[in-house]
Amino acid sequence: MLGFAIRRLLSTIPVLFIALTICFFILRLAPGGPFDEERSLPENVLANLQAHYHLDKPLIEQYFRYIGSVVRGDLGPSFTTEDFTVAELIALGLPYTLILGGSAFILAILFGVASGIISGLYQNRSADYVTSATVMTGLIIPSFLMAPILQLVFGVQLEWLPVGGWGDGSIAYLTLPVIVLSLTHIARISRLMRGSLIETMSANYIRTARSKGIGEKLVVLRHAIKPALLPVLSYLGPAAGYLLTGSLVVETIFGLPGIGRYFINAALSRDYGMVLGTVIFYMVVIVILNLLVDLAYAYLDPKVRVR
Amino acid sequence: MIFSTEKRKALAAAFEKGDAVAGRSLTADAWRRLLRNRAAFVSLWVLGALILLALFGPFILPYDHETPDWAAFRAPPSIESGHYFGTDQNGRDVLARTLFGTRISLLVAVIATAVSVIIGVLYGATAGYIGGRLDAVMMRFVDIMYALPYILFVILLMVIFGRNVILLFIGIGAVEWLTMARIVRGQTLSLREREFIEAARAAGQTTARIITRHITPNLIGPVIIYATLTVPEIIITESFLSYLGFGVQEPLTSLGTLISEGADVMEVMPWLLFFPALFLVLFLLSLSFIGDGLRDAFDPKDR
Repeated sequence: MLGFAIRRLLSTIPVLFIALTICFFILRLAPGGPFDEERSLPENVLANLQAHYHLDKPLIEQYFRYIGSVVRGDLGPSFTTEDFTVAELIALGLPYTLILGGSAFILAILFGVASGIISGLYQNRSADYVTSATVMTGLIIPSFLMAPILQLVFGVQLEWLPVGGWGDGSIAYLTLPVIVLSLTHIARISRLMRGSLIETMSANYIRTARSKGIGEKLVVLRHAIKPALLPVLSYLGPAAGYLLTGSLVVETIFGLPGIGRYFINAALSRDYGMVLGTVIFYMVVIVILNLLVDLAYAYLDPKVRVR
Repeated sequence: MIFSTEKRKALAAAFEKGDAVAGRSLTADAWRRLLRNRAAFVSLWVLGALILLALFGPFILPYDHETPDWAAFRAPPSIESGHYFGTDQNGRDVLARTLFGTRISLLVAVIATAVSVIIGVLYGATAGYIGGRLDAVMMRFVDIMYALPYILFVILLMVIFGRNVILLFIGIGAVEWLTMARIVRGQTLSLREREFIEAARAAGQTTARIITRHITPNLIGPVIIYATLTVPEIIITESFLSYLGFGVQEPLTSLGTLISEGADVMEVMPWLLFFPALFLVLFLLSLSFIGDGLRDAFDPKDR
């Protein structure tokens, strides 16, 4: 198991490296630079700035310099936010993004699996139709449309919840962003769970269990749910990645101070260091999450474990 | 070719006489089953109506999408004034703007989907048909692209391409081809073992020709299904980018831009949000029903 984990981790290093290279050159090919402002800087100041950040060196040298520092674990300074390193900026935004994404992740699993089980057990009956239709709204209405609607209804009309901002970070402030972020994934997980539960319930070993006279409730709880969860599990890795990037939208709409906002500002102001740093951070997190999902998969599915 | 011209003529004549029982082709069968699916059938009509409205509606309307009506600013929807969807802060007709935005969103979806289909099919078919080490390298590259957080990548592309709408959405299409490439590769792996491919190879066809003329036409089913499912995704991405202020800019407009503008004033002028949102939702809803319907129709399991 440990060997498997280590091998998986090592095999992602070249992937990360190539992705980083692609991003680096895409970013540098873009017109404009971090020091283009409306009031242009005096030439000698600009030259000094560029020399300080090594922007005057040939592109290849900059590339190797950057890769070198990343390998040493240093993401470098931010180009436009003075006195801050990229790592410090990410650390500033991280708690907010983590709380937001983590809550949405848990919510998506709980509601997705629960509604999927209901739909699956009552396949093509009214309970299935009602649940599926409710859940499907999450897929049909994109988050940037759902957010203003919920803001209007619960924030402005009913005045139950704050419209935006982090406030004191209490549940009231989190509710709307977390719901908006998780709706799509509740829908996806629910559909996966429904499909796989329907398939599982017609499997031979379920018939065996029934024929042994076990009650229907036990059949579902003890025999059907665990194997039916496998497709959901393999969706969780990508889902975590989507949540991470999806928080970009939600953070922008609700004005939350997470990493996503730093990324968008950095892309707009050509803050090379910050953009690349955020991309690396996102990729590492996604790779690790995928690894965790694979490990959990191996743990749950005996067929994979044996290999 | 192996057959001489005379033999082929004779064969064609024999086929034309029609001594074979008229069979149902796979496509005809799937089409019939699609039309029997009520949700997909209704969705086809809704989608068709929306497309026709977006294409021809602006020619019939008395107002265009950018000229202000000085007599009606912030006017709520009304039948008498001819502003059926009302007007915005600048006195522009919301119906005309919504139809125009739908056009742009449609255009973007079509271009980006076409790009993703072309790249995905050629890439996947090449990897799958040639196989071996090339296949491994090509699919590894797809894995790498998957590891990139997609939205970040689109925003990076947007930084490069700036404000050019068409280029930007070619960019989106160029990112969206990954799943298509995987699906096509999987199909190709099974296709290349079939006899007609062997026959083509025996007849001395080049690899490029086999991929374009023999493999690709046989991939149409899965490709159409997946393309239908790609369109809403691209519309959402475009709207999302426009919402953040990165996508379509004035004087052009798209559903996403309209929704973003409408969301700012939804408390005082809800119709500015409601109508573009309605069009977007109808689009996404009908496309996803058609996509699901197609998938079921082509699925051999429940035939």
